[in-house]
Amino acid sequence: MSLAERAPLHARPPATAALPQAVASPWSISEHPLPWLVAVVLLIMPLLANGFFLIEIFGTTLILGTIALSLMFLAGYGGMVSLMQLTIAGFAGYMVGVFGVSGSANISLGWPWWLAVPMALALATAFGTLGGALAVRTEGIYTIMITLAIGAAFYYFTNQNWAIFNGHTGLNTIATPRAFGVDWRADIPFYYVTLGVAAACYFAVLYIARAPFGLALQGLRDNPRRMAALGFHVNAHRIAAYAIASLIAALAGVLQVWNYRQISPGSVAVERCIDILIIAVVGGITRPVGAYVGAFIFVILRTFALDVLVQLGLDGNRFRLLIGAGFLVIVFWSSDGLVGLWERWRRHGAPTQRGAHHG
Amino acid sequence: MTVTRFIERHPAWALIILIAAGVLLWLVLAVWPPGLEEAIGRKRVFLNAVLNGITLGGLYFLVASGFTLIFGLMRNVNLAHGSLYLFGGYVGYAISAVTGSWLLSFIVAFLAVALVGVLLQLLVFRRMEGEELRQTMVTIGLSIVFADLMLWAFGGDFYQIATPSWLIGPVQLPFVTALKSSGEAVYLQYPLVRLVIFAGAVVIGVLMWLALNRTRVGLMVRAGVDDRDILAATGVRIQLVFVGVFALGAGLAGIAGVVGGTFQSLSPGEDTRFLLASLVVVIVGGMGSIPGAALGALIIGLAEQLGSVYIPTYAIVVTFLIMVLVLALRPQGLLARR
Repeated sequence: MSLAERAPLHARPPATAALPQAVASPWSISEHPLPWLVAVVLLIMPLLANGFFLIEIFGTTLILGTIALSLMFLAGYGGMVSLMQLTIAGFAGYMVGVFGVSGSANISLGWPWWLAVPMALALATAFGTLGGALAVRTEGIYTIMITLAIGAAFYYFTNQNWAIFNGHTGLNTIATPRAFGVDWRADIPFYYVTLGVAAACYFAVLYIARAPFGLALQGLRDNPRRMAALGFHVNAHRIAAYAIASLIAALAGVLQVWNYRQISPGSVAVERCIDILIIAVVGGITRPVGAYVGAFIFVILRTFALDVLVQLGLDGNRFRLLIGAGFLVIVFWSSDGLVGLWERWRRHGAPTQRGAHHG
Repeated sequence: MTVTRFIERHPAWALIILIAAGVLLWLVLAVWPPGLEEAIGRKRVFLNAVLNGITLGGLYFLVASGFTLIFGLMRNVNLAHGSLYLFGGYVGYAISAVTGSWLLSFIVAFLAVALVGVLLQLLVFRRMEGEELRQTMVTIGLSIVFADLMLWAFGGDFYQIATPSWLIGPVQLPFVTALKSSGEAVYLQYPLVRLVIFAGAVVIGVLMWLALNRTRVGLMVRAGVDDRDILAATGVRIQLVFVGVFALGAGLAGIAGVVGGTFQSLSPGEDTRFLLASLVVVIVGGMGSIPGAALGALIIGLAEQLGSVYIPTYAIVVTFLIMVLVLALRPQGLLARR
């Protein structure tokens, strides 16, 4: 409890709730050119970037960012740092392979994608909700430990189990959807699918944060006892938050498995779970946009660090050292990540705009 | 005293535990009737799994006791604990490879890892006292950095620390596994080194319990667990106690690394494995409790080994189910006070 009160994880309450509407609309182009610019650039991205950049950089950023968004939703608004979000995404990916079509005919049930995907989403959401129901029995740092234990157990389980998860080889050549004469895994359609899903999740999180449910969730984060005294069912609320976050992570997991067309225990390893935490914290765990900023930086680093390090005459394999050290620096000096740094910088530059920026 | 109170308060549980212990004892000591052997396999396999589980529990206890000690006093979840384990293992390997002395490798590993612990406490945790979540994040970052540094230094190979010659080979244990047709009893053979290591873990556990419960420093540590602000107000130099406990906890992880390197192997990824094991052990046993760590380690070690023998593809699920069951029935852990 003391953790929730002191932790630097507090998402700022939505700006419009605190400000009179007439002062600044968050949707005004003249007030906030940057979000509109980013939206336009993202929409015309296929004109600017070729296949490699489109999918390997921007598609992957959107997918990882969405998984990190589900963590941000739980941690920033609910004060629950869950390290199992990638596990939920991986579970959804596995289920797409198990119920849909993959190279392992003895495991896959061969359902069409429009049946396999809802099934995968439902099961992954149920899985995440159950995990959440376990995790909410504890608080703060215990939540981290239990969700990490769930993630690690799932990783070892996929490694050991051959009947469903096909052991350490995993599921390969997973079929991707074709509908209305379009191959949705082709670069440009797939980019728009990921963009659409990411945008839907992003705005859904923004909306929920202002809806009564999200406000109650933030209340629970700040003072669970008082909320309980007001008549809120603390644990039920938290479990519901886990359910929402699980659905978001599961959506990203389905996209992830379509992107790589395969999934194996390596995709749900403990390091990957921690990568999601790094992404969310580096970007700024208090704002939804932080998840995507963090994911973009992470993907850029992961893709180009090797070349850059070699160019500088260093050992290219030290990419994780760079990530870890960067994470340490962020945790040490800016508790709300790069987005927090950016906002502090802006506030210095233009004090009148204080508080008007919205996530 | 606590035992009688437990029986008085939970008679049903006490009965179940008693019956389970009786069945286990009979399974270990009796010569199995042929029907039982047909149903669940040879007794030798079972006995080996039980002994492996208990000795593995000893190793888990060494790792988890340091983890739980640090948590109990400083409320600091040190997610870099697995890295300390692996670092201790590598140091022990280097020392035993250079000097050939197994015992020396324990001492050096303890000192080296304890030093890392002292540095961590002085340079990192002292600066963010009370900010639990930030500390946890920092330990995650540190574990990534440590893992990569160790990968850099030692590569991805498997290392095994050489068992000293006086510990190589099996010993005969007084457990009858089967009867020969002549009526002669066949006794169980078991590797000596695992027994010695288990005995070492028990000795360390008992020493820790004595140090915590019978010495003045232990008194301070226990008082600090209960209320460190009041303890500091009484004039105890709490920072010194913190550094000492961190050094001891880290050093234990280092010793565990040498043990793990002797009867298993060292490679990248073992840090996460033992971090997970410590997490599950302390969640089951109760955070901050040394007897809890011992009980949790025993349960998890047995579950893992028996699981991997009898239900190989679902072994990890058994471990996990135990954790879920404990969280559902007793969220604070089996032996935690709260």
